[in-house]
Amino acid sequence: MGILGSYRMRWARKRLRYRADFKSRELRRVIDRTNQIRPDDILLFSTQRNEKVRLPYFLDYYRDMGVTHFLIVDNDSTDGSAEYLSQQPDVSVWTSRASYKKSRYGVDWLNHLQSKYGHGHWCLTVDPDEFLLYPFCDTRPLRALTDWLDTCSIRAFSAMLLDMYPKGRLDDQPYLPGMNPIDIACWFDSGNYTMSRNPLYWNLWIQGGARARAFFPKEPERAPALNKVPLVKWDKRYAYVHSTHMLLPRGLNLVYDEWGGEKASGVLLHAKFIDTFADKAAEEIKRQQHYAESYEYRAYAESLGQDTQLWCNWSEKYINWRQLEILGLMSKGNWA
Amino acid sequence: MTVGVVMLVHTALGRAEQAARHWAASGCPVMIHVDKSVSRKVYDGFVKALDDVPHINFSKRYRCEWGTWGIVAATQTASARLLDEFPEVRHVYLASGSCLPLRPVQELIDYLAARPRTDFIESATTADVPWTVGGLDAERFTLRFPFSWRKRRYLFDKYVQLQRKLRIKRSVPGGLVPHMGSQWWCLSRQTLSAILHDPARSDYDRYFRMVWIPDESYFQTLARQYSTNIESRSLTLSKFDYQGKPHIFYDDHLQLLRRSDCFVARKIWPHAHRLYDAFLTDTAGAMSKQEPNPGKIDRVFAKAVERRVRGRAGLYMQSRFPREDWENGVTAAPYSMFQGFAELFEDFEPWLAKATGARVHGHLFAPDRVHFADGQTAMNGALSDSAVLRDYNAKGFLTNLIWNTRGERQCFQFGPTDNQIINWRVAKDPNAQVSVITGAWAVPLFRSNANFIDLRQEAARLQKIESDHLDVLRSTWTKARVRIWTMAEFIEAPMEPLQTILDEIGPSTQRRLAEAPRMVDLTGFGQFLQNLKNQGMHPYLMGDFPVDPGETARKPRTPPRPYVVR
Repeated sequence: MGILGSYRMRWARKRLRYRADFKSRELRRVIDRTNQIRPDDILLFSTQRNEKVRLPYFLDYYRDMGVTHFLIVDNDSTDGSAEYLSQQPDVSVWTSRASYKKSRYGVDWLNHLQSKYGHGHWCLTVDPDEFLLYPFCDTRPLRALTDWLDTCSIRAFSAMLLDMYPKGRLDDQPYLPGMNPIDIACWFDSGNYTMSRNPLYWNLWIQGGARARAFFPKEPERAPALNKVPLVKWDKRYAYVHSTHMLLPRGLNLVYDEWGGEKASGVLLHAKFIDTFADKAAEEIKRQQHYAESYEYRAYAESLGQDTQLWCNWSEKYINWRQLEILGLMSKGNWA
Repeated sequence: MTVGVVMLVHTALGRAEQAARHWAASGCPVMIHVDKSVSRKVYDGFVKALDDVPHINFSKRYRCEWGTWGIVAATQTASARLLDEFPEVRHVYLASGSCLPLRPVQELIDYLAARPRTDFIESATTADVPWTVGGLDAERFTLRFPFSWRKRRYLFDKYVQLQRKLRIKRSVPGGLVPHMGSQWWCLSRQTLSAILHDPARSDYDRYFRMVWIPDESYFQTLARQYSTNIESRSLTLSKFDYQGKPHIFYDDHLQLLRRSDCFVARKIWPHAHRLYDAFLTDTAGAMSKQEPNPGKIDRVFAKAVERRVRGRAGLYMQSRFPREDWENGVTAAPYSMFQGFAELFEDFEPWLAKATGARVHGHLFAPDRVHFADGQTAMNGALSDSAVLRDYNAKGFLTNLIWNTRGERQCFQFGPTDNQIINWRVAKDPNAQVSVITGAWAVPLFRSNANFIDLRQEAARLQKIESDHLDVLRSTWTKARVRIWTMAEFIEAPMEPLQTILDEIGPSTQRRLAEAPRMVDLTGFGQFLQNLKNQGMHPYLMGDFPVDPGETARKPRTPPRPYVVR
């Protein structure tokens, strides 16, 4: 590795950047309010498809947190979510009919938008079913965190994906627009996560949780990755590699301490498993637009079809971020 | 007589303005220094905004980069002007724009009036305090630092290395003894003017210009020359993290700050509206006239530093993934691993659970599934009993289990048929208590109904595995508490070793052991071993087993001592 490895990574990063610029031709501008962006705004980037029911709560959640502008790519929605988004005063919308898979699950599109609009900003990249928690998020706005990260010269903030699920069947409680999905899916697995270090990209590879336990007991290596770095002080030379699991340059992936200490980190509550999930899985299996030939969705469909639940005796009920901190899923680091 | 404030400002000018008005409202003259890197336009606006307040002046601007001379120069100029222009000032308080007075300013004035000749400046010799970060303590004063640490880190480091290599050392001028301490002080007019008008000041200044972070040592060193009464503490509550960066106060620190009884705190987040509202506007917030007592805040921030540097033992997570041997605690709590006991005793697990009150699992690392206590299919933290999931990361499985069950002692059975991947992690873990009866794996073989040729093969395989495991347990890297008996040794006097193990596990058993676990019937076991030998497979791990055990059982010998490998 050494110099050669760094050189390879440099080219990998350049390739991602070129690819992002190339793929940007697939984006059609629906409404562009980016002239509202002021120099130290915190921006949120997202791709979505047919998530209209989730959007009202999603936008409000992050507005309250202190996100000032949303840049969203709509992937060929049919439920009117693009129209809904373009009516929002703080949202800029692009749309694309092109293949989600061929844009590497939206990463190329977002890499392009991030380099164009995110340079010098703190950028949060999340899906509409992911809700960020960070230490003290109940008493301090997101800007307090980013200011602190700035003073510590930290460029990237880790937030592990935590799969949330309801007790009982997923479709027992219907989700309506504006509802907090965590009120329905309020259970999680607290201590069955395994991790290893990726020697090439230096990131941690975290697997486990409810999905590994329920859907992949026989093939744990195929269980989805849960490590995420959603909050980054963006520079136009940066690029996400796979979803928000890892970045280039690689130094941004070093969000963990290797000498026994704890760095500050948060959690992304993943509210995927609510009543909308069954339709989504059925549709995605047909579209084959998801990671590893929708393998994940098929595994879900097979196990969930037999009416299994994700809930088990040892599931933990969500209370607040301090609970997750005590359980060791996130950490305050030296932020006090 | 009053207190003058020198205020160093570089960002959040709005908050600085608020603080300056607050000081001035209580009759304290304020001399403000604004960093030169603030643009002319912003600076002019700031000056204009404070136009209406008397006793607020602005001193000559310097470029203040962290760790460089500019901050000292700015302080010197500003305090000299303050002393000249306001003869009624007796103490000068050095504050920053992000400092927030917690108690009414009048209380500070009274406090200082009662101690007219005292200088409040934290000042300690470099030899005696391990405060500094980054390995530069005494060297701050003996090397030169012409390059910016922030902008020219490479040159900074290289130049330090070069000087070390060439053994270049500067001498400290005029018999000064270098002292260091918090940048934020409160000095009396006598001491401060003596420092500023020292005939040798140009020598001192020339020397300190090349010292690393002179704002933490210039006044701290020179005050020792002139002060008659130094209180070595800062009146400003200011905590630093492990990198020497100040901790920041937010709205949720309001109660902590109120209870601290400190006069001034720094540094406050500029958007902490509740703090500014509470401390700058409400005069009823007057606290009892007490000595400052920042103990509680100290603990909160000391804990934060501890968490960042040492972390929680036994935790592996997204932002704490220690390298091997750097774990600061491989696992979270003590636990016990038993090898051969469940094979030798029929009811060992329930017996142990009863005797210790601990959670006693079966073979957690068995090939078929995870044998959790009481036949459960999952365990704390939703750990699954799937052997595939476990073996995907067996070491992680162990550390997860111990982390998830903090507060409850875990015991589990182990043996050569189980997944051996965890052996090194357990051996290097000071939390592990490992008790091994070697060769006991032969008992299930002896009692099984398999073909002898298969038994012979299996026995050879298990003996090899256990022998490798014993090598690990006896290695010099082992930190676990390991006890090893041969089976022959153990069955001669099983009670004593069992008692030793239980005593170590915990105080839940006060009494001596009343009942022993029931040993399996070993009649014919000696012959079984002999048969293996006759087939050319020598089972040596059991120790010397007589072909007829009846002989030795009748002949009481002194029980062999268990030996402890440490």
